[in-house]
Amino acid sequence: MYKEVVLPRVLEQVVNCKDELAQFYLMDCIIQVFPDEYHLQTLDVLLSAYPQLQPSVDIKTVLSQLMERLSNYAASSTEVLPEFLQVEAFSKLSNAIGKVIEAQPDMPTAGVVTLYSSLLTFTLHVHPDRLDYADQVLGACVKNLSGKGKIEDKKATKQIVALLSAPLEKYNDIMTALKLSNYPRVMEYLDIPTNKVMATVIIQSIMKNGTRISTSDKVEALFELIKGLIKDSDGTPNDELDEDDFKEEQNSVARLIQMLYNDDPEEMFKIIETVRKHVLTGGSKRLPFTVPPLIFSSLKLVRQLQGHGQEENPFGDDASTSPKKIFQLLNQTIETLSGVLAPELALQLCLQCAEAANDCELEPVAYEFFTQAYILYEEEISDSRAQVTAIHLIIGTLQRMHVFGVENRDTLTHKATGYSAKLLKKPDQCRAVYACSHLFWVDDHDNMKDGERVLLCLKRALRIANAAQQMANAARGSTGSVMLFIEILNKYLYFFEKGNPQVTVASIQGLIELIMNEMQSDSATPDPSADAFLATTMRYIQFQKQKGGTVGEKYEPIKV
Amino acid sequence: MVLVLALGDLHVPHRAPDIPAKFKSMLVPGKIQHIICTGNLCIKEVHDYLKTLCPDLHITRGEYDDETRYPETKTLTIGQFKLGLCHGHQVIPWGDLDSLAMLQRQLDVDILVTGHTHQFTAYKHEGGVVINPGSATGAYSSITYDVNPSFVLMDIDGLRVVVYVYELIDGEVKVDKIDFKKTSSSQSAH
Repeated sequence: MYKEVVLPRVLEQVVNCKDELAQFYLMDCIIQVFPDEYHLQTLDVLLSAYPQLQPSVDIKTVLSQLMERLSNYAASSTEVLPEFLQVEAFSKLSNAIGKVIEAQPDMPTAGVVTLYSSLLTFTLHVHPDRLDYADQVLGACVKNLSGKGKIEDKKATKQIVALLSAPLEKYNDIMTALKLSNYPRVMEYLDIPTNKVMATVIIQSIMKNGTRISTSDKVEALFELIKGLIKDSDGTPNDELDEDDFKEEQNSVARLIQMLYNDDPEEMFKIIETVRKHVLTGGSKRLPFTVPPLIFSSLKLVRQLQGHGQEENPFGDDASTSPKKIFQLLNQTIETLSGVLAPELALQLCLQCAEAANDCELEPVAYEFFTQAYILYEEEISDSRAQVTAIHLIIGTLQRMHVFGVENRDTLTHKATGYSAKLLKKPDQCRAVYACSHLFWVDDHDNMKDGERVLLCLKRALRIANAAQQMANAARGSTGSVMLFIEILNKYLYFFEKGNPQVTVASIQGLIELIMNEMQSDSATPDPSADAFLATTMRYIQFQKQKGGTVGEKYEPIKV
Repeated sequence: MVLVLALGDLHVPHRAPDIPAKFKSMLVPGKIQHIICTGNLCIKEVHDYLKTLCPDLHITRGEYDDETRYPETKTLTIGQFKLGLCHGHQVIPWGDLDSLAMLQRQLDVDILVTGHTHQFTAYKHEGGVVINPGSATGAYSSITYDVNPSFVLMDIDGLRVVVYVYELIDGEVKVDKIDFKKTSSSQSAH
């Protein structure tokens, strides 16, 4: 009865009253008062009345509200969904919107987008599996926006962001949203800052849902979509962005790179190449953020391939992924960092790659990375603190390398010790030089145990410590702390225990006496931490004596 | 009972996107009295997150940390225990117990917490205890293969400390614990 009698009569009244305020109010009433099932069944009739209303009536709000009610109705229970299909609600509403927009050419962009936004929400609720419908809505929106250039109006951009966020929230999977061919086209209309905001929303959706992006095609599509974050648009550098905001933005891109993964090495390599291609367009400010995650993804792939054996199949695919290929890529990628004022980072990454190459038994590749690291150290790292860290990393990495032949190892070791002795501050020199002693003694390899060269290092460290003492005496009239001597003593004990025949009881005894003398001398500067260290060292020696067995025997002759 | 969270080597965002969700849901603000972090966070967002868990946050510098002002080593006293903290890339050979024991003697601490190897370890020796909480995100390491995300929670009670290690293995959190006791506050733990 409603359909046949009530509604037509009511609508007739509304149209005939020709008063825009009343019409708006009354249409609103109709929508709110009557149940949603009625609206569905009378959609035709209802929608046909709209063009007949006064042109100044805010029809888009009425339409939006109708769609919102219907969306909520659809969301309330899945049983009502077939009804929607039956009455072809989607196409009727689409057409109605089209007609309204046509009839009101002056409608502000915000209004147009709101209409499509409501329709999209409707579509997502009623036809969640019909991606083509959603795409259609976006397409219609694009058509209406075309020719307008980038949208400046804040209200409109807000609506566009809402429009684009809806599929993300609904599907919880960026991959589905990426299937909407018109999605990127809508994004094009956002001005640069808002485009970046939207890109960040997309990344956040991926992070929140833990979505893995698993093919290079999908990665390509995704990076196209978020290109506002990846590079400067139109070649104009972006100075307006606050530095902290910029960091946050780039760090979120870095986190995103961690989500791009496929178990299959071939596909993973393609993904890495795709990411690399995009990331390298980012310019010098972005590379320090985006290159490291790329490097580590690649190193993970290298490790995965390690297990598959090294034989390069002579009949096989020349193009197939191999550690060598990846290292080549890595080399070229790290090079880009040395040009952009991130030499410490570049050095660290070179050493990481060297270690990975070591594990793959690729001696020339490992040597090449070490050479790069050394060049970076010599030519680009001048801050003394940075040098100390770099030296520790160089020595620590080199100590673990087993792939080098004698000549290569000697060359690299010689240079490392040289750098150590030339650090700015004497204490740093001393510590780095005694750290180098470990380069000549590797536990698992008997032929890498050179007791003499170990002792040479320790003695060199002693000389430096002595020189430091002299300097302190000359400068302040009192000798500096004996801390360094105690550290070296501990290193003597370390190698003594390891069985280095060059480290004799006599040498240890001599060192202990030296320390005691220095501490008791009139010109000694009291240093509680040195005292404590000496105490713990003496206690250690006692403990070792009391252990008995071979250790106890060894320590027996040392007098404390 | 004093709870101390020890963790590090998160390497966000270079090697990991975030702390695993299962860990995050366990780490509730207000339950922990101190946090000691071995370093390599690497970014401010992680620092801020840790700060929300507990305001008493101690961090030493890892080689990839953005913040250059974290110290190389740190010592602090909690209850009857003296704790030492250092990232560990400075102690060569990396992961070598004897060299770490030397650092422990130098800092004169009962418990030394270091990282860098991404491998959970807890060693007891005459000078005390050396703990490595591993990597809280399971980040790639050139030193350790197959890193499982892990962190350590220490329960310090008088002269006794119980070390709980939490590891994320195949999506499940596994817990293990180790007990340590000091004989008296003037001597080292054993």
